[in-house]
Amino acid sequence: MSARAVRRQLVSRAMTALVVVLSLIAVLALVLILGDLMVKGASSIDWAFFTKSPVPAGQSGGGVANAIVGTAIIVGLAALIGVPIGVGAGMYLAEYGTGRLGFAVRFIADVLNGTPSIVVGIVAWTFIVKPTHRFSALAGSVALAILMIPMLARTTEEMVRLVPNSLREAALALGYARWRTSLKVVARTALGGIVTGCLIGIARVAGETAPLLFTALGNLNFSLSVTQPMQTLSLQIYVYATGPFDDWHRLAWASALVLMGLVLVISLTARWVTRQRYGRIR
Amino acid sequence: MVASANTRLRLETVRLTALFGQLRAVRDVSLLFPAHTVTAIIGPSGCGKSTLLRCLNRMHELTPGASVVGAVLLDNVNVYAREVNPIELRRRIGMVFQRPTPFPTMSIYDNVAAGLRVNGKRPRREMDDAVERALQQAALWDDVKDRLRTSAIALSGGQQQRLCIARAVAPQPEILLLDEPTASLDPAGTQHIEELCHALKRLYTIVIVTHNLQQAARVSDYTAFMYLGNLVEVGRTDEMFMKPKVEQTEAYITGRFG
Repeated sequence: MSARAVRRQLVSRAMTALVVVLSLIAVLALVLILGDLMVKGASSIDWAFFTKSPVPAGQSGGGVANAIVGTAIIVGLAALIGVPIGVGAGMYLAEYGTGRLGFAVRFIADVLNGTPSIVVGIVAWTFIVKPTHRFSALAGSVALAILMIPMLARTTEEMVRLVPNSLREAALALGYARWRTSLKVVARTALGGIVTGCLIGIARVAGETAPLLFTALGNLNFSLSVTQPMQTLSLQIYVYATGPFDDWHRLAWASALVLMGLVLVISLTARWVTRQRYGRIR
Repeated sequence: MVASANTRLRLETVRLTALFGQLRAVRDVSLLFPAHTVTAIIGPSGCGKSTLLRCLNRMHELTPGASVVGAVLLDNVNVYAREVNPIELRRRIGMVFQRPTPFPTMSIYDNVAAGLRVNGKRPRREMDDAVERALQQAALWDDVKDRLRTSAIALSGGQQQRLCIARAVAPQPEILLLDEPTASLDPAGTQHIEELCHALKRLYTIVIVTHNLQQAARVSDYTAFMYLGNLVEVGRTDEMFMKPKVEQTEAYITGRFG
């Protein structure tokens, strides 16, 4: 082998090793976070953790049932508001958004995507909390929905654009109207991707804290009323982690572990849905 | 019921010009497609043959910037007239494309039924019969009758293309447009489709675009030769291939250009 070929092979191996190491570092962050949470949080998770509400500071025991239910309600409501608008906007952008309006919507969605989440919280506070004179779960949901919409719009647009134009033409040539083509052929073909996008969007906002601080506010008691302040896991972590009690710190670690697990489950579901996309038999 | 089988339907273009922006892809073409015959449109790539085909069912206008001058007459009605709804028109004219385009989320059955469903709900029984008839016509019934509810994309390329033909003929159109239907198929699949052309012209008026000259000679009754957007020559296929009248046609057929 010539000297040049040897050198090439060495460089090639070195580069391969480099990217492998860099990838490992990227994965390491997740492993460290999960490991740390397991070590510090798992021991505090018991049945009461899931079924009981918090007890007054200083007493031991109690759980975060209020925060788990609150997260489910606030994020669920946010999805109910955000998914139809976000997916609808994405469909519009991909199928009809070629003109000036499409350009404007796309641009605004990109700007909104980059907006700090705390700013979105302030907006929800200004337009909902202040006029109604009360913090509420609903205000929190609206804030999270606003965060979700641009994400869903852009991912839906990407997914719908992946549908080959030949399918659109085939449907139109069969005498499908434009709306029916978009709905029955294009949206259905892209459905797996759209659902994945929605789940990832939901997982993203499930961990948000800042936009909830002055909207849902937090609540130490169990509450199901969306017009009242409500606790979420993220707010619970924030309060407990910054508090002075060891018990609180333990519960914060455990809450973080549960929240992380929740997000992981949603992401895995998203993976599973995409896997189903091809070769689906109806 | 099967109007196409017994009426003498007329399809023709009258001084048809198709444009993409300023570019004239089809120039002043007047062409008659006799009922229950196969007319092949041949010519080198970019000669406007596909564009001409897409003008017949108003698919051309879906391309941004595309427009049409002149007329396409279907039973003496200009399909570009204001009162003609292009969606209704396309239900009377079936089309099959170069690449098979089965709807990937639908079963074989639903693919064939897709064009029927846009015309409103029908009793289950009637739908089953229509789907079977269409699959029979496309010579696909025996291949798929035991797996109608399975995914359409599990079929081979040739089967997928026959499925697209079944989907196109299921609503019993009057005209069938084939845009290079065998371009992505192997020889066996090609032969299948060509045999179908012979069988289906009893029921439909067929227009086929192809750049395979042997195919045009095998399947068509009439052949139209296009070059640079112009219709150069049209005539009975046997005459066109034996003794073309125009020098350019002869040059193309004998492989001297294109």
